[in-house]
Amino acid sequence: MQTYDLEADGLRGLNAALHAQTAETNRTRWEIINPKGSHAIAVGLDAPIDVTVKGSTGYYCAGMNQQATVRVEGSVGPGVAENMMSGEVIVEGDASQYAGATGHGGLLVIKGNASSRCGISMKGIDIVVHGNIGHMSAFMAQAGTLVVCGDAGDALGDSLYEARLFVRGSVKSLGADCVEKEMRPEHLALLETLLERAGADAKAEEFTRYGSARQLYNFDVDTSAAY
Amino acid sequence: MLTEMLITMTDRGPDSAGIAIYGAEVAGQLKLTLQSSDPETDFDALDADLGAALDTHVTQRVIDTHAVAHIPSDQFDAAQKALAEIRPGVRLMSRGETLEIYKEVGLPRDVAARFDLSRMSGTHGIGHTRMATESAVTTMGAHPFNTGSDQCLVHNGSLSNHNALRRKLRREGVTIQTENDTEVGAAYLTWKMMQGATLGEALQSGLDDLDGFFTFVVGTKDGFGVLRDPIACKPAVMAETDQYVAFGSEYRALVNLPGIDTARVWEPEPATVYFWSHADGQTIHDKAA
Repeated sequence: MQTYDLEADGLRGLNAALHAQTAETNRTRWEIINPKGSHAIAVGLDAPIDVTVKGSTGYYCAGMNQQATVRVEGSVGPGVAENMMSGEVIVEGDASQYAGATGHGGLLVIKGNASSRCGISMKGIDIVVHGNIGHMSAFMAQAGTLVVCGDAGDALGDSLYEARLFVRGSVKSLGADCVEKEMRPEHLALLETLLERAGADAKAEEFTRYGSARQLYNFDVDTSAAY
Repeated sequence: MLTEMLITMTDRGPDSAGIAIYGAEVAGQLKLTLQSSDPETDFDALDADLGAALDTHVTQRVIDTHAVAHIPSDQFDAAQKALAEIRPGVRLMSRGETLEIYKEVGLPRDVAARFDLSRMSGTHGIGHTRMATESAVTTMGAHPFNTGSDQCLVHNGSLSNHNALRRKLRREGVTIQTENDTEVGAAYLTWKMMQGATLGEALQSGLDDLDGFFTFVVGTKDGFGVLRDPIACKPAVMAETDQYVAFGSEYRALVNLPGIDTARVWEPEPATVYFWSHADGQTIHDKAA
């Protein structure tokens, strides 16, 4: 176990040390102490290492992650796991705005609540939120899966492409072109797998699926007067 | 603690800083916080001169470029008129029974040091560090802005309809001193309250009348309120314990508060007026959708 004191040794040193790890590294377990809400902790990792942050972080924690597992024993500021490619990011507390934005792959688990714009423009990432999510979540989401065990705020899935959205609780309102869809066996199977991987105590049958009505994909001559 | 919070937030706003502090009250008296770019001349015998003009006894405390003058509560209009004549270079930062506002350009650390902020005390206070986007970096452009008596406003964001609203408010007779967008926001709240709205109602109608991005924190004599615009791009984090309620633009500002590890830390919802008062605890007014 490598322990890094962020307050004493600084952010650049931390990220440089983590970037220096390769697939063959035997320094696979890292612990970061005294994060104190700092920004850009453990960003741009690209090695199969396990990083635990002992406390809450600020903006852009674990952004652009590949391969690594990053665990935050606290809450995270805006943009956690932004543009993640692969690996896992697990947040024990809450997440601020745009968690998992533009993520291409990997799994983001938020055990508390996520704020507005969770999964905005997601491109293949899987996100599981144990609590609630805020407004404009999954805006223009293109691919991947967003699972919400609690409630969703206003305008869920506005201008949605092909991402799959599952919500167990209520949805305050759906965004443009986002509709409720039937839950087929393949969706239940996918959901079960994700809930289990995320350690969420919920049953797939309790969820409702939402997706794109695909009405915004093509120009509709009937609405031409609106432009 | 507020000083430490301000300094931590330097990289969010390095060009100016300000603080509103709700301090001790003297019965029957109003405090005017005044500012001058030539304090040695302007504040010299100001208490005596203002006292003579008002035919009363005025006391003053000079703190760097600012001075706090105590006048009788019912003499505000007369004092404002007198000041314009006897000290035209002096600018009014705030008025109130407990409120004092100190603000200057420069790094938050330097601003805090020149006013010796860490030695000030009060029931509550609001600090702001500025990174200007809408108007010049000047003392008058720095936050907090005084609205009505004992009321102040700080703002993160930018209002896009401030020019039209400024013209409208000026026609209504509201004094607006700068080209700053937040001052228009503050003047708007003052104007609403002059028409009989409560602060909560004024903030609520601000959701319809103020166009742009904002996270507002407003201070009053017995508490403070928070309002975010419906899009809520501009950050806000609260920390609550049974000892205090604290607001920050981000968690970093709050990390050194006592008991933060066990505090309830959360984000205010968009388009929702929150208010904390020493008298009543928390009240929330949800915006009807």
